[in-house]
Amino acid sequence: MCKTCGCGGGGHDAEVGSGTQPMATEADVHGHKPSDHHGHEPGHDHGMPPRTVSLQRSLLEKNDRLAERNRGFFRAKRLLVLNVLSSPGSGKTTLIQRTGIALQGRLRLGVIVGDLATDRDAARLRAAGLPVVQVTTGTVCHLDAEMVARAARQLDLDELDVLVIENVGNLVCPADYDLGEDLRVVLLSVTEGEDKPLKYPPAFHSAQVALITKVDLAAAAGFDRAAAVANLRRISHHARLFELSAQSGDGMAEWLEFLVQQHAAVNR
Amino acid sequence: MHELGIITEAVRLAVASARAHGAERVDAVRLRVGALSGAVPEALQFAFDAVTAGTPAEDARLTIETVPARWWCAACAAEFAADDWQACCPRCGTWSDQLRAGRELDIASIEVS
Repeated sequence: MCKTCGCGGGGHDAEVGSGTQPMATEADVHGHKPSDHHGHEPGHDHGMPPRTVSLQRSLLEKNDRLAERNRGFFRAKRLLVLNVLSSPGSGKTTLIQRTGIALQGRLRLGVIVGDLATDRDAARLRAAGLPVVQVTTGTVCHLDAEMVARAARQLDLDELDVLVIENVGNLVCPADYDLGEDLRVVLLSVTEGEDKPLKYPPAFHSAQVALITKVDLAAAAGFDRAAAVANLRRISHHARLFELSAQSGDGMAEWLEFLVQQHAAVNR
Repeated sequence: MHELGIITEAVRLAVASARAHGAERVDAVRLRVGALSGAVPEALQFAFDAVTAGTPAEDARLTIETVPARWWCAACAAEFAADDWQACCPRCGTWSDQLRAGRELDIASIEVS
């Protein structure tokens, strides 16, 4: 029976599925001359027979697997890990800086910060006395689990209680990439408009914590708090909601207390 | 969206799988893309044409099967369909936060020769 060209009935590996039979060349198997050919459509070049190979794999599988590995590693290090997502300019860096300073003496924060270019955010965080690793992603619009694994190796994790991952300022792509975090934290600043959660639902839907930031600017920005909370609740029904200003300190106490509780919870 | 990254991984898997099966060419790639995955079919096609150039998948056909979104309503203990992130159960009106399908970014199958 012909194994390679599809002629002569059954027993072919033109299967749907993950056939692993090695392909032989025509000469290996056939031993017959082109004139012996039977029933081939014209134009068939008699190379490999067309076959369907079923793969059924997630294209994010590689990242998901690495993220699970990160999660196990971070758990063993008894770390609370946050993945902080927002648009550019929502106040991620200021929030992390002030959180790290305010928690001094209670929890030790380390930061992995992702940016397309420059180490300006890292410099700001370092100036606040926090251990920081900068990941410059170049043209990549999000951090992935591998970048985080590499960056984490540059921090002395045994000297930390909380690892904060400041993602690239982008509400689209980071939503798809699990980094191995315990909590995904999404920021919505009062200067951005109340409808951000409706415009970028995957990021808001995937978050366990939603923060309305820069609340000290709410009046100046004409921020409609009720509309913002209603929009957040439509997408992030399940998220813990905090309203705060890292700059003025408003609402920070509840946020800090929440982190202390969450750190205790992952170490229970 | 990161359609380019998604397609790069799809083409990598397709070419590796074709080689593992002793085939020379990838003739078609079939993706399953969730309605709420955020990936745009036109952008996937554009990236596919660019990424496959000069590879054994050059000129391959890209087929995209859309997977509708399905949500779970805990109150009704039943699924409902809604290709929308503001997923409200049509039976009881409760918001659902449990997306059961619709975020897929999968490579389903390839045709090789």
